[in-house]
Amino acid sequence: MTKLFPRDFWTRNETLVAGVIVLFCIIATLSDPRFFTITTVSDLLRASIVIGILAVGAMLVLVSGGIDVSFTAIAVFAMYSSTVLSLAIWPGIPWPMIFVISVIFGAGLGAVNGFFIAFLGLPTLIVTLGTLSIFRGFLLTFIGSQRISDLPPSMRDFSRGVIARGTTEAGNFYSIPWAVLALFFVIVLTWFILKKTMLGRSIYAIGGSVESARRIGINVKWTQFFVYVYVGALAGLAGIIHGSVGRMADPFSLVGLELSVIAAVVLGGARLIGGYGTLTGTMLGVALIVIVQNSLIVVGIPTTWQSVTIGVLILLGTGVPAYRAKRAAAQAG
Amino acid sequence: MGRLLFLNTLQSSWLFMSSDHDTAFIDLRAITKRYAGVTALDSVDFTVQPGEAVCLAGENGSGKSTLIKIISGVEPATEGTIHIAGQERTTLNPRISAAAGVMVIFQDFSLFPNLSVAENIAFATQLSTHQRFFKARASRDIASAALDRIGVEIDLDARVESLPVAQKQLVAICRALASKAQLIIMDEPTTALTDKEVRRLQGIIRMLKDEGVAVIFVSHKLAEVLEVSEKVVVLRNGKKVAEGPASDFDTQSLTYHMTGRDVPIVPPSDVTAGAQTLMEVKGLGKVGSFADINFELKTGEVLGITGLLGSGRTSVAKALFGLVAPDSGSIRVDGQPVPIGDPQAASTARIGYVPEDRLTEGLFLSQSILRNVAVGRLDAHTSSGFLNMGDLAEEAAEWLRRLKVKAPDIEAPVQSLSGGNQQRVALARWLSRAPRVLILNGPSVGVDVGSKADIHDIIRDLASQGIGIIVISDDLPELLATCHRILVMRDGRIIDTLDGKSVTEDDLAHRLAS
Repeated sequence: MTKLFPRDFWTRNETLVAGVIVLFCIIATLSDPRFFTITTVSDLLRASIVIGILAVGAMLVLVSGGIDVSFTAIAVFAMYSSTVLSLAIWPGIPWPMIFVISVIFGAGLGAVNGFFIAFLGLPTLIVTLGTLSIFRGFLLTFIGSQRISDLPPSMRDFSRGVIARGTTEAGNFYSIPWAVLALFFVIVLTWFILKKTMLGRSIYAIGGSVESARRIGINVKWTQFFVYVYVGALAGLAGIIHGSVGRMADPFSLVGLELSVIAAVVLGGARLIGGYGTLTGTMLGVALIVIVQNSLIVVGIPTTWQSVTIGVLILLGTGVPAYRAKRAAAQAG
Repeated sequence: MGRLLFLNTLQSSWLFMSSDHDTAFIDLRAITKRYAGVTALDSVDFTVQPGEAVCLAGENGSGKSTLIKIISGVEPATEGTIHIAGQERTTLNPRISAAAGVMVIFQDFSLFPNLSVAENIAFATQLSTHQRFFKARASRDIASAALDRIGVEIDLDARVESLPVAQKQLVAICRALASKAQLIIMDEPTTALTDKEVRRLQGIIRMLKDEGVAVIFVSHKLAEVLEVSEKVVVLRNGKKVAEGPASDFDTQSLTYHMTGRDVPIVPPSDVTAGAQTLMEVKGLGKVGSFADINFELKTGEVLGITGLLGSGRTSVAKALFGLVAPDSGSIRVDGQPVPIGDPQAASTARIGYVPEDRLTEGLFLSQSILRNVAVGRLDAHTSSGFLNMGDLAEEAAEWLRRLKVKAPDIEAPVQSLSGGNQQRVALARWLSRAPRVLILNGPSVGVDVGSKADIHDIIRDLASQGIGIIVISDDLPELLATCHRILVMRDGRIIDTLDGKSVTEDDLAHRLAS
């Protein structure tokens, strides 16, 4: 009984978010039976790939006790620069190599954040606000501000690759692209790091208490540095997937998405004070945000209400558990 | 350089001859530590044998923490030699010290609130093996082995944040044990514990001693310390002023060595004849917290309210000042009803409340002493909307003088003061408002012995001026030193009313625990 559900099952953010998703799906299906089809699912899945990979990174930073707002700038920088570089040097480059270049670019920019945060000890929000602006400005000034729709052919090949595609009996088209595998890969890799390595446990420990971590001999600086490099690498991957799937390298895209991503992570139960956050929660948060952004219209809520809905969800999703915790603390005192 | 080497050899050969040297786990000789001209430790010798429980006593600033920092490798000594486990340690850092088996349990326990009990206990151990992968099974094994060693059961999967303080402390002890501790240093281990929990801790410490693990206590609570320690070392102003078997000391002599003066235990004087009823509390109750609280407080009387943690004593204290809203009952001051659950009404009725945790509830730590005192008197010194800062400062200074607050000046931030002086600032704030009733919750928590006696003097003095004082405390000697009457609470009810003059400490302890 207790093994089936963790003891705090009913009070977790994950449960709350999953409940809201199920509720939404029921209402949506009732108001439009076409909602609950493989077409919708494949659409939502596709829309979740980039935001999902970015959210995994953002979650990791929150767990470590920091906050990163620069990852969208890193993503677009890595995507655009690796595309420009590939076109200039070797247009026939195979797509895995472009991906690797983009990931390396991302990791490099993440290392810049990591250097300031881990080794100079500057506040994470200030550093990443700064680098968000710098990375973006540098990209537009020195690398280019033109949209490139003439991508290396291999990138287009990548975007055409599908795991499954077809047409439903009702005549609706669906497809699940390869890129979904990248999201799964990122989730599995991050799960492994967080759950199965001392490095991952150290990230949680630092988020719980930096001072205690130092006292028991955790290498706080290098662990923090790793977090920002890893997040940068994930941003590089998300960026290049975004470019490939959208079949355009647009230097103006992605930036602005960071708050939605952080919202998804917070909805999934990660706390801004650090130390708390799960992959399950993060993915549920992403699912909820994506559903709201794509399917709100189905239940008759105009798209202009999207951001209001997301805001209300955040207030409820984080406010209700926080209020409960406060009440519980007051009772105990 | 040559001379230094020579000195070192000379000293080690001398040490070699001394009898302690072969057996002592910690052997410090002539340790001196200077910080920018200030001598924090002055040629202190300090030894700890395996399995020995040593109490390190001293007031704030006596050099206790400096000594602990040197043993744990946080700070290097300026002069002197250090042997740990028979080896001379010329360079010492926290890692080397920990590897030699020295574990410090800080007052805040340094745990990870977000991680499980198992991980908290096993983390340091797993880290020290340089393994890359985290093995949850091994983590649980390490943790349950450590818990078994001290005979305690705590859910391995519980998050540490959900545990009560006493269990957090046990987790911290287990973590030290899992890391193969030979010496556990505990900083103020009993501050947040109830009597029963203290007894359990004492039992665990005896068990550790039997297994050859040494313990150093740093503590203010003298009676508890004497009960488990074999040896007592007292520091004052950086010098070792007393050392000997615990049986040679009692709280009185320990206090003498720590403060360098006699701090007599003064029994409270009688309530002045003709004292009138000042405060009347009738049928105060709050569901799930306390019930049926009735008492009277006379002018000039000091009334103690005691009980174990969770007995409802703090909730009652807060309810009297309106910080907790009771469901039923009434409070009268001078015969006038005071609306319950309203701190402002309580304040208007001239009830004052000095909270237990002055650090988070009572004071604005980063603000100046003046502002902290003046905040209670802003109304009185405002004319046509403007503050008269001069008057405020004068009044505050007067109170600081009367309460003997030691501070560089009135503009110094409160956080720069010692615990005892902070408490006086908190008192000054209320006293400046001329209260009729003053509620003091834990008036000497985290205050050292000398200041504690001073605070008790202040309490007695205020009572003699006709203020009714309610002292909420679980410090029995404190209650006996200040209170005319003591109410004992359990499970939210008053179970006993004792006369402060005739009751003994043992009797009081017995009634609390039974």
